[in-house]
Amino acid sequence: MRKFKLSSEKVRHVAQLAGLSLNSKEIKKFQKQLSEILDYVEILKKIDTKKIEPTSQVTGLENVSREDKATTCLSQKKSLANAPVKQNGFFKIKSITEKWN
Amino acid sequence: MNKLTIGQALKGLKEKKFSAVELTQACLKRIKKFEPKINAFITICEKNALENARKTDNARQRGSQQPLLGIPMAVKDNFSTWGIKTTAASNVLENYIPVYDATVVKKLKEAGAIIIGKTNLDAWAHGSSGENSDFEPTKNPWDLSRVPGGSSSGSAAAVAAEMCLAATGSDTGGSVRLPAAFCGVVGLKPTYGRVSRYGVIAMASSLDSIGHLTKDVRDSALILSITSGHDPLDATTPDVPVPDYTKKFNQPINRIRVGIPKEYFIKGLNPKIKEKINEAIKKIEKLGIKVGEISLPHTQYALAAYYIIQPSEVSSNLARYDGIRYGFPRQKFADEAKRRIMLGAYTLSAGYYEAYYLQAMKVRTLIKKDFENAFKKVDLILAPVSPDLPFKLGEKIDDPLQMYLSDVFTVPANLAGLPGLSLPAGMVDNLPVGMQIIGQQFDEARLFQFAFTCEQVINWHQKKPKL
Repeated sequence: MRKFKLSSEKVRHVAQLAGLSLNSKEIKKFQKQLSEILDYVEILKKIDTKKIEPTSQVTGLENVSREDKATTCLSQKKSLANAPVKQNGFFKIKSITEKWN
Repeated sequence: MNKLTIGQALKGLKEKKFSAVELTQACLKRIKKFEPKINAFITICEKNALENARKTDNARQRGSQQPLLGIPMAVKDNFSTWGIKTTAASNVLENYIPVYDATVVKKLKEAGAIIIGKTNLDAWAHGSSGENSDFEPTKNPWDLSRVPGGSSSGSAAAVAAEMCLAATGSDTGGSVRLPAAFCGVVGLKPTYGRVSRYGVIAMASSLDSIGHLTKDVRDSALILSITSGHDPLDATTPDVPVPDYTKKFNQPINRIRVGIPKEYFIKGLNPKIKEKINEAIKKIEKLGIKVGEISLPHTQYALAAYYIIQPSEVSSNLARYDGIRYGFPRQKFADEAKRRIMLGAYTLSAGYYEAYYLQAMKVRTLIKKDFENAFKKVDLILAPVSPDLPFKLGEKIDDPLQMYLSDVFTVPANLAGLPGLSLPAGMVDNLPVGMQIIGQQFDEARLFQFAFTCEQVINWHQKKPKL
């Protein structure tokens, strides 16, 4: 069987999708390792699953809901307790929009 | 005192032979002596533990009957603990101090248990050896040059080295059972949804199962009686009644039918492990228990399905770590987390979802059906935990696929949501061997009952490593 090979562009693209920044050495390493793993899982393609339903919830629970009732939640102080940067009771992040003139 | 089981320690505490403070001190002393060799802990809670021990001694004086009153336990460092650093062994969460307890931690505390420390693991519970920890690997107490198994590496090593009486663990693909087997202790992965996942750092949400590692089967049953049950904070915990699992041990056992899946005794299995399991089977048969061969025909596909489903869910769960609300930015992820995130992002991405994720979920159905068919003929399934003995540190670290193959016998129970227990079966080449007992969903009572009987006839669980 032909060996599965993931292109370096694909590795770079997937890393970008996942919010990971990789250097060229890492891309090369992961390209090889991920290709090997994807090659291994190719065996699943041999199984005929046309008439098989997928399983996502293994104990058969469906549509679990709860009463729509307010309960206590974490205080503002607790919610912010681990924030690296905060201001006036908010999480402070880098600007994600263009600056206004 | 640190050598006692929970059952023995509770008896000693009740009879006032020693106090919880003395018991906790004995564990702390043991930790101080051997931690430099083993590295089982990320955080040791000496001051808090002693203070809480004092409180439990006072509570006992006042007549408290809490089921784990004064028992020092270790908690895997991916369980949120209020006010105690919780790192998941990753540099991303190196400074993270939760502001709430995981449901399991809350239940253990309410039962009177004392948290003595937070144990080491493969970062984010990704691994089979403990070597993926960002805080140095844990060593196997039976042979310090070998891995203790993962991902609950520190929990297994701490129980085996008698640094605590029991420890919590999470099992997504074998992370409780494999280290239990490698370290010669009892490890339980309950039915999916039997124990709340709330507050345990999520790995793969459709597979994660919250278990524990103990010195014997009775302690395992006692802890499950406390940790299991419906939790409004985890919608996957059904309202199935929680029995006192320790009360089921004395029921007659000889009508239990046990199946041996032929697909688990393949050529990749170390022949000495096979021999050890066969020895155990002979002892079990002597009790009049019927043991027969069964088939789980899709077993060979389980690991491949698992290594699609699990990384897919990992990539989704780890997307939340942005370094804004807590922890450090994503640059701090180490290689294994990066690998799984990328693998999952790939198998879920447009154009690939159906070929990978959907196909794996369909294969999952076939694996689940295999077990359902088998359970028409037998009550329990007996198999090896690991295809091989504990390996050397560094042996598989550069070959992720070889490392993943360590989970080949444990992932099917996760895919099918079944309870599995790893029980010490003896030694091969001076290293522990575990056997795996798999039960039907929510049938832990029978699983414990049979495991307890096996433990009696194998009679190996009292053996301890020489440190």
